[in-house]
Amino acid sequence: MRRVYLDHAATTPVDPEVALLMAQVLREVPGNPSSIYAEGRRARALVDRAREEVAQAIGADPAEIVFTSGGTEADNLALRGVLKAREGEADGIVTTAIEHHAVLDTAHDLEAHGQARVSVIGVDRDGRVAPAAVGAAIDDRTAIVSVMHGNNEIGTLQPIAAIGAICRERGVTFHSDAVQTVGALEIDVRSLAVDLLSVNAHKFYGPKGVGALYVRTGTRIATVQTGGGQEKGRRTGTENVAGVVGLGAALRIAAARRVTESARQAALRDTLIAGIRARIPEATLTGHPTDRLPNNASFCFRGTQGEALVVSLDLEGFSVSSGSACTSGNTDPSHVLLALGLERDLAQGSLRLTLGRSTSDADVDALLAVLPPIVARLRAASGIAA
Amino acid sequence: MTDVEPHSTDHYSDAALDHLTRPRNAGTLAQPSGTGADANPSCGDRTVITVAVSDGHVQAVRFRTFGCTAAIASASVLTELAVGLPVDDAARLEPADILNALGGLPARKESCALMAIGALRGALLDASVRAPR
Repeated sequence: MRRVYLDHAATTPVDPEVALLMAQVLREVPGNPSSIYAEGRRARALVDRAREEVAQAIGADPAEIVFTSGGTEADNLALRGVLKAREGEADGIVTTAIEHHAVLDTAHDLEAHGQARVSVIGVDRDGRVAPAAVGAAIDDRTAIVSVMHGNNEIGTLQPIAAIGAICRERGVTFHSDAVQTVGALEIDVRSLAVDLLSVNAHKFYGPKGVGALYVRTGTRIATVQTGGGQEKGRRTGTENVAGVVGLGAALRIAAARRVTESARQAALRDTLIAGIRARIPEATLTGHPTDRLPNNASFCFRGTQGEALVVSLDLEGFSVSSGSACTSGNTDPSHVLLALGLERDLAQGSLRLTLGRSTSDADVDALLAVLPPIVARLRAASGIAA
Repeated sequence: MTDVEPHSTDHYSDAALDHLTRPRNAGTLAQPSGTGADANPSCGDRTVITVAVSDGHVQAVRFRTFGCTAAIASASVLTELAVGLPVDDAARLEPADILNALGGLPARKESCALMAIGALRGALLDASVRAPR
């Protein structure tokens, strides 16, 4: 059976050029970048080049790029590192109800251990944060504001530049988890007025297990893990040379393709959204109707449960996801969907379709052919009519 | 080369998937002898079962399930297991009978079988209470 992969927000396949380059590095570059002899210097040069590629793609200086093991570590480093650097003088974290767990759980973990006070800002029905609400939540002991750029579940984009301007005016460090937008949207860290920005390679056709944190020069941040002092002491540990090379190359390629590819995906996304609304009664689009990631079409279908939607589509050859994964036997619907004000039952029936480079018109047509009868069957089984 | 397709056991059986895609006896009996319901409050899944009982036997069973694949498959297969049985035997069906009939469920989903059994037992109890003596 032909498989149609529509879960690019979860992960993207590694670009073949990136995979080749990484394999070459693994085979031919055995050195440790910290070694001063030839093999080490070669590895160092590759890491430096990757740092320049990442910096160039987001409008940063190479010295402002800290490589990490991915988005989760970048988020942890941002929050924990800033709180640690400000210990004794500022302990407030201001964040939002729809952040990724990497931010929300980190904030609450710090709070549980008495290291932070956390203010969580709500969102409107479209999943948008009001910049004024961020401003109102900042007090004189706020250490960091963390607001994601594009939401991984519902695709809503946040007014990051406006929030950044408020933070800068108030003298508060501003972090944005941009894991879903880097590679898909134009990112310029200067105009967004961010101090810290999380990047994750496997969201833009790079390898899993490698990411970066942009740290604006002058930002007060302490190291979280201790060791040999790599990355100028900001993230110690021998560099993942092949991974970092893959990150840099993937972002360079994504940046070159971005304008045409994101416009192409946005048009397909709009076709998909309109097609679902035309074919399925009571299909609730989640997220902002227009200000959303170019590849995200997310819905809730009353009377269905997300896991059954995902399994049913898997049987038809489609890889998709749901905010109500129901994996542990004790699953609340996604905190993001509940934050929108959706009732629990409706939030249970969530389906996220995220497009990518491989997605074609035919894929969208095929999905539009199989989804309506699946929703109808699950609604018939539940007896909860649309 | 090392195998990159390790065996996975944490998936649905073909039988469970068949019940998802072709649910048996979905719906509600118009004039049931009894109605039972059960829910899993932790995930919001719920099942309603209606039964028709006469001559001491389960003559017909219908289910409604709002829930995951395991919840739907459990209720669907249970309707097949219960129909035609003497009421006492139907009331003694257990989650293990559902798991046997489905060829197992992923370990974290086994509580879904319990929900189906709870709804059936409730329906049979309701029928016994309502039955003319």
